[in-house]
Amino acid sequence: MKTFINIILTVLIAFILGLFLPWWSVMIAGFIMGAVVGLKKASSFFVPFLAIALLWIVNAWFLAQPNDFTMTKKIAVLLPLEGNTFLLFLITGIIGGIAAGVAGVFGNQCKQLIAGKK
Amino acid sequence: MAILLIGFRPLYLKSTSIHYFMKSVKFLVSLLFTLGIFYGLNTKFGDIPPMGKFLSPNQGFWKNEVTESDVAKETLEISGLKSPVTVHYDESLIPHVFAQNDEDLYRAQGYITAQHRLWQLEFQTFASGGRLSEIVGEAAIEYDRGQRRKGMGFGADNALKEMMKHPEEVKLLEAYRDGINAYIESLSVGELPVEYKILDYQPEPWTTKKTALLLMYMTDMLAGRDVDLENTNFVKLFGQEIFDLLFPNFYADQDPVIPQERDWSSFDLETVEKPDVDFPSDFIKETMDKPNPHNGSNNWAIAPSKSVSGNPILANDPHLQLNLPSIWYVMQLATPEKNTFGATLPGAMGIIIGFNQNIAWGVTNATRDVKDWYKIEFQDENRKAYKYDNEWKATTEVIEEIKVRGKSTVYDTVTYTHYGPVTYDHTFKGNGEKVGYAMKWTGHLPNNNQQTFLDLNKATNYAEYAAALKHFTAPAQNFVFASREGDIALWIQGELANKWPEQGKFLMDGSDSRYEWQSFIPQNQNAYVKNPERGFVSSANQHPTDEKYPYYVYDDGYETYRNRVINNFFRSKEKFNIQDFKDLQADNFNLKAAELIPTMLDSMDRSSLTAHEEQMLSTIEDWDFNNNIDAEGASIWEKWWDNLYRMTWDELYNLDVAINRPSDYQTIWLLKNQPNHPWFDRKETPEIETAKELYFQSFRDAVQDLTVWQSRTGKSLKWVDYKGTFVGHLLQALPAFSRFNLPIGGNSGIVNATSENHGPSWRMIVELGNEPNALGIYPGGQSGNPGSKFYDNMIDRWAAGEYIPLFFMKSADQASDHIIFSQNLSPAK
Repeated sequence: MKTFINIILTVLIAFILGLFLPWWSVMIAGFIMGAVVGLKKASSFFVPFLAIALLWIVNAWFLAQPNDFTMTKKIAVLLPLEGNTFLLFLITGIIGGIAAGVAGVFGNQCKQLIAGKK
Repeated sequence: MAILLIGFRPLYLKSTSIHYFMKSVKFLVSLLFTLGIFYGLNTKFGDIPPMGKFLSPNQGFWKNEVTESDVAKETLEISGLKSPVTVHYDESLIPHVFAQNDEDLYRAQGYITAQHRLWQLEFQTFASGGRLSEIVGEAAIEYDRGQRRKGMGFGADNALKEMMKHPEEVKLLEAYRDGINAYIESLSVGELPVEYKILDYQPEPWTTKKTALLLMYMTDMLAGRDVDLENTNFVKLFGQEIFDLLFPNFYADQDPVIPQERDWSSFDLETVEKPDVDFPSDFIKETMDKPNPHNGSNNWAIAPSKSVSGNPILANDPHLQLNLPSIWYVMQLATPEKNTFGATLPGAMGIIIGFNQNIAWGVTNATRDVKDWYKIEFQDENRKAYKYDNEWKATTEVIEEIKVRGKSTVYDTVTYTHYGPVTYDHTFKGNGEKVGYAMKWTGHLPNNNQQTFLDLNKATNYAEYAAALKHFTAPAQNFVFASREGDIALWIQGELANKWPEQGKFLMDGSDSRYEWQSFIPQNQNAYVKNPERGFVSSANQHPTDEKYPYYVYDDGYETYRNRVINNFFRSKEKFNIQDFKDLQADNFNLKAAELIPTMLDSMDRSSLTAHEEQMLSTIEDWDFNNNIDAEGASIWEKWWDNLYRMTWDELYNLDVAINRPSDYQTIWLLKNQPNHPWFDRKETPEIETAKELYFQSFRDAVQDLTVWQSRTGKSLKWVDYKGTFVGHLLQALPAFSRFNLPIGGNSGIVNATSENHGPSWRMIVELGNEPNALGIYPGGQSGNPGSKFYDNMIDRWAAGEYIPLFFMKSADQASDHIIFSQNLSPAK
């Protein structure tokens, strides 16, 4: 339950930051979760990872679906994924997730370092 | 900070220190990891876009997953507008722009063009000015050097200076510029066209110079081709006699643009004397890549007397490389004073090919040798001066700064003479330290080509059309014209040097003033025809006139087939209608094949053919000479012809100097008229070949080649499969953004001039009745966004030979089902 709330919280923070910051706003969101909210161990990676993967995939879906995936299909050829749009959504989620997850771990380490100094 | 903490930590804190040390290491590792991930996802590696940026739904390509009609803002504030501008978009996303004055009109044109075509708009001017290395890196350096050495920027500066002399025009140019920039400024990072995201760069502000560069891009595409140096090499290698046979100034049995009946006796001639000089004889190893020789077009118009409805009808289809986004963008541009519709060039003001209530006009390229070469003899290795009539004349040095993405800037020194830039010198395909080859090109002349289009847009009759053309310098064009009043006309307009016979056909001696261009053909003596008796005018890049035209005319690349098919079509019956025009634009009749295949078949010794060969030959025999999509005969013929051509001119391949090869027309003329010519002997075989043996062997090879091709590709021999027409994205035909294997017939040399990646880039038909009735189509779509449904929506209809009706709105408040959404552009407060 707590994990679920943390995921929602990460999504919210990332969403708000994303309104005025570039793509790396998701890294800041991950960092905040790790450093301020205080995720423990593995969850400092996986909570931001899952949250941002979810955010990006859902966000991308809502952009692409109303336009019949016109661009999605083309980028799935460009990248090159042999036109597999499912894979493109997945990779989008993973990339966003990794960026946020790594920042989450870093946030957590910062917190620990500061805490350790006391 | 972390590093400092570790470094200065006192050593006596033993038990906690290991624990703390581990924390610090973890911290450091996670920091480096985070930075690494950030850098890795925010940076472009080779062709791979920065993945974090690119895949992010709030700034990456997902944001380009939009179709304009779904997201258009109803009201836009644009600073600088004097009055509100209304824009209606029809079902093809063609904007119908209604402004209160010209300045607002062109400001809106800039804004709206940028809205749909920003990346292309900018990319083309980078390509023109030799700045592609800034975007794509070192791969483009040689291309960029070539553009600079052609003097693309020099020509654009000269044009801009001329335009600046006309304050009224400058106001419009600046309004257009500001319109584009208003759009660029309005963009968020996420709204940038997807190509910027793939290549990871940002647009820069538009300038008036960029408009001049865009026009230079067209000039180079259409008037940048010449073979003078290749001609010099040919004569030096093989002699003048064979050169004259293979490259005649006039081809036999052609049907020139200006009807042969035209009488020129009213011209008050300005004659030039041929001086007693010999052309220099150098070998030039290598020349720059030339524009596509197939760049050309068709246009025609019929007079009321030849029209079923009694209204004049005009048509035009420019043949260019087939690209996405398309080179054309279609608009209606109206003010209370004028109302014009047609194809625009993103980057230039006004309509380039189009119509209004009263007139219609179109262009085809009026090929002419407008680029000449002068051999420059430098005083010494410093190249500060060159010889000119026993004096040393000072050169000017221009240091071209070519910025290269991810690498250090390249500097290229280009020497200028009074002729123009020394394109070829010791650092660029030249012949040593003290020799250079300077270009003299009408493309560099100060000009106000832009004004011609602005004037044509508002012209209402023949006199205004003819007056508008006077500004037009290069690339020389065949301007076809029709008016509601019932006039038809065709002017061949450009600033054309008045040359003595053969002047500039070969390399000339730059140290001798007798080789100089002495004057230009007076504008009013350019070849033209108004209301000819035959009731139609037409052009297809063929000879402008026959030999009776009193000025010297030369080009290596005159068209030889389309012109005769078109003119014969208009001689075939009394009266024509729009359907006839459509049929002609889609006509796949292959006159070249029809002129040679009977001769080839007659000479074939069929007894020695294999069953497979015999079957292929009978396919050709049964073929009706139409390059239709299902025709297998067309595929066999095209391969047969390719092989025959190569075999015929085997002497002219793999030479170590630049060379030009004879035209298809002259090749066929020679094969038919002098079948035993010694050049038909193949050097690689001991036997003596004549045309007959070449036909036979090239056929055998063709069957062999096609069999191999079929087993490799698994495709049928149908022409559509063998040709494989595609429309390629401007970035080297990125497959994801291109369209392949389009079902369309035709080929170069055919009225439907669609070859593999080249052909009718815009087809337009206009009937001028009380209201203009116009049709048009192009192989692309109005949107430059590959994520839009309007990106390539016209391609299939174009391939099928269909048109979209060009919906000519009379006013902004005309109600219509055609309009899918509207925008109000209002002055920013």
